[in-house]
Amino acid sequence: MRPEDRSLILDTCVRAVFHTILLLSLYLLLSGHNQPGGGFVGGLVAGAAFVLRYVAGGADEVHRMAPFRPQLLLGSGVVLAALTGVGSWLAGGELLEHGKIDLHLPVLGDVHASSTLAFDIGVFLVVAGLVLTLLESLGDVAETEEQAAAEREAGAGTGAAP
Amino acid sequence: MNVLVPLPIVLPLIGAGLCIALRSLAAQRVVAVAAVTGALGAAGAALAGVERHGPVAVAVGGWPAPRGIVLVGDLLALLLLVVSLATVLAVLVYAVGQRGTDEASGFFHPLYLVLTAGVAASFLTGDLFNLFVAIEVMLSASYVLITLGGRRSQVRSGMTYVVINLLASTVLVTVIGLIYAATGTVNMADAALRLDAVPDAVRTSLGVLLLVTFGIKAAIFPLFFWLPDSYPTAPTAVTAVFAGLLTKVGVYTIIRTQGLLFPHDRASTLILVLAGLTMVVGVFGAIAQDDIKRILSFHIVSQIGYMIFGLGLFTVAGLAGAIFFVAHQIPVKTALFLVGGMVETGTGTSALNRLGGLIRTAPAAAALFLLGALSLAGLPPFSGFFGKLALVQAGLAAEAWVITGVSLFVSILTLFSMTKIWAGAFWGEQRAEPAPAPRTADAAGAVATTGGAAAAPEGGPGALRPIPRLMTWATAGLVGVTLFVAVAAQPIYELSERAAGELLDRTAYLEAVLEQ
Amino acid sequence: MILVLAIVVGVLYAVGTYLLLQRTLTRIVMGLAMLGHGANILLLMSGGRAGPPPLIENGPPAGAADPLPQAMALTAIVITFGIMAFLLGLAYRSWRLTHDDEVEDDLEDRRIARLATDLRHEEDLDIARTVYGREHLEEDRT
Repeated sequence: MRPEDRSLILDTCVRAVFHTILLLSLYLLLSGHNQPGGGFVGGLVAGAAFVLRYVAGGADEVHRMAPFRPQLLLGSGVVLAALTGVGSWLAGGELLEHGKIDLHLPVLGDVHASSTLAFDIGVFLVVAGLVLTLLESLGDVAETEEQAAAEREAGAGTGAAP
Repeated sequence: MNVLVPLPIVLPLIGAGLCIALRSLAAQRVVAVAAVTGALGAAGAALAGVERHGPVAVAVGGWPAPRGIVLVGDLLALLLLVVSLATVLAVLVYAVGQRGTDEASGFFHPLYLVLTAGVAASFLTGDLFNLFVAIEVMLSASYVLITLGGRRSQVRSGMTYVVINLLASTVLVTVIGLIYAATGTVNMADAALRLDAVPDAVRTSLGVLLLVTFGIKAAIFPLFFWLPDSYPTAPTAVTAVFAGLLTKVGVYTIIRTQGLLFPHDRASTLILVLAGLTMVVGVFGAIAQDDIKRILSFHIVSQIGYMIFGLGLFTVAGLAGAIFFVAHQIPVKTALFLVGGMVETGTGTSALNRLGGLIRTAPAAAALFLLGALSLAGLPPFSGFFGKLALVQAGLAAEAWVITGVSLFVSILTLFSMTKIWAGAFWGEQRAEPAPAPRTADAAGAVATTGGAAAAPEGGPGALRPIPRLMTWATAGLVGVTLFVAVAAQPIYELSERAAGELLDRTAYLEAVLEQ
Repeated sequence: MILVLAIVVGVLYAVGTYLLLQRTLTRIVMGLAMLGHGANILLLMSGGRAGPPPLIENGPPAGAADPLPQAMALTAIVITFGIMAFLLGLAYRSWRLTHDDEVEDDLEDRRIARLATDLRHEEDLDIARTVYGREHLEEDRT
């Protein structure tokens, strides 16, 4: 996106909320076991943060914020989710069976964690990676088309003027 | 044992994740082949175990049967799964060998593995709603695979394919909702018991609705029209695996649901009439065509009729024949499509009026086609013969004279249309003129074109572009599987018979699921 | 409430079926969406009457809502939604390629249509032959 096309107000606002939204997505991911939330919602919220970046600054901006192949996120999410399913075999359980762990952490106090969290993290990665992949593959195309259309219009305008 | 049954689903999924993450095509290929091989090994081991100890049910997540989702490995599911995965593996190797296709696009391998996982899950699941999800996983991957490349003919036929299947899925959700409303469960074993208490009229309509839904997926008589139009436009490897597997998954779900859920009101006559019409219409469609891939696509429809015929008899012998026939069809049909792809790679077309004399220029393809075609037509030493023999014997034993006669008549027509391909493509004179560049707007051209195979072969008239050796070996391997089915016809038929017995008796299945 | 939902399901199925029978692709897609919504509501209804949330802390589960259809409806919604998005992408691609929103006839239809026009053409030729004589006609054709 060309610098003159960017909106200052939108840019500043997005920068202000971007990290907060990512943090919220992490909160949703972690709280999902017993409260509304979970990997899917968290991933969507994280994806939405990047969509905001895309709206403000285009595909380049998204790529700067997430400088890796989004497929990497997507793929590792699928692998993690599938492996947690298999992992319960090591503990002598059935496929996808989950256990719970009660931890006493120094600052946070008593934490009730479940092994479903690993599965949820996988889902989170898949959804976030999917949104990023979409922005990369569809966003780029939409942008170049828009630019081409704008150039065509500009060309037609100058051609008609003389 | 509990580890082996889910592995054919889990391994391809892990492989798919790795393939998405990996950038290098070579690494993707290694992962894909390893995942499918592993799944095949697990399914084979599970089959060996089930053969000895009876059906196995795995409660996913540790939740026991009527509450949680179960994966059930019984003889029927695992026998078909093993054959399917062997076919999937051969087609995967073929796709790697075929150059200038969408296999290199980076999306093929992840999608192909997701498709494999979906097929495995459809065979193994013991839960109606989970069956819907498994079919959707399989179909979503197939939607993308069939339109991969985004060419005009693909988009046009892909659209039909997606719309039809989405419609069928919506009807499936409707039926599952109605079954849940009637019985309060979506677990197949539990529903089988509770459906006995449901009023006859409700039960029959539920059964017929399920038959319609899966009938669309399996392409039985009035619902087959989407198949010959959409399959031939995809890349060869994709068409081949769809032809071999997807409709057979539909047939499997029909056999499973009609056998397990609705054993009392056997819609026997309806199914037999549909079977006969499917056979006849399919084979007549095939005779009218003049393109290898389209002829074979219509044959898919025709052969589905035989499987439904076996089911419609609702005897152990009939079901055993149907199960054996499915096990024989999956590799044979796929192998024939692969040979079609070899011809297309060599000559740039699959239209019969532009082919000829391939027996001299491509003897390997000719030999492989001959073996596959004779087996499809059901000539004695090949696997198709045993399948049809079992079905005809079952039909005579059940005194279903008309349908048995129709099936024999259709066999002759099948042989006739195979002869047509043989005479058109392999015998006769080599065409002197180089294959013209297909006209995209033209009907035949739109079908014949796939990807990079459009240009005329180089090196003068009659010369073929080289067919990659890997493609030939993969096809030969699959033809080897069909020959194995023929050689081991006795043990495989005995397995089918036991699977059919289990299906009609139900108690082993119900016990495995509900009393684990 | 159940009756209202039942009527809604019926209307959605009717509208969906009607739209599905149209030739324009966008209408077909909308029809599928309507059918999907109808199916999901039907799934939701299959659990019986609405009730309080089925949580353990709420006491004995008598009269509580059935959670299973809700979970199933959610899954079905996600799946339908995903495929619908793909279908729209496909429709866009088709529009880019052909600049037309109409669903094309399938191959057999076009073949049969062509056969019919060929036949009609032959008949016209026959009539023309009897009326004008053969030589005149050959001239016309060249």
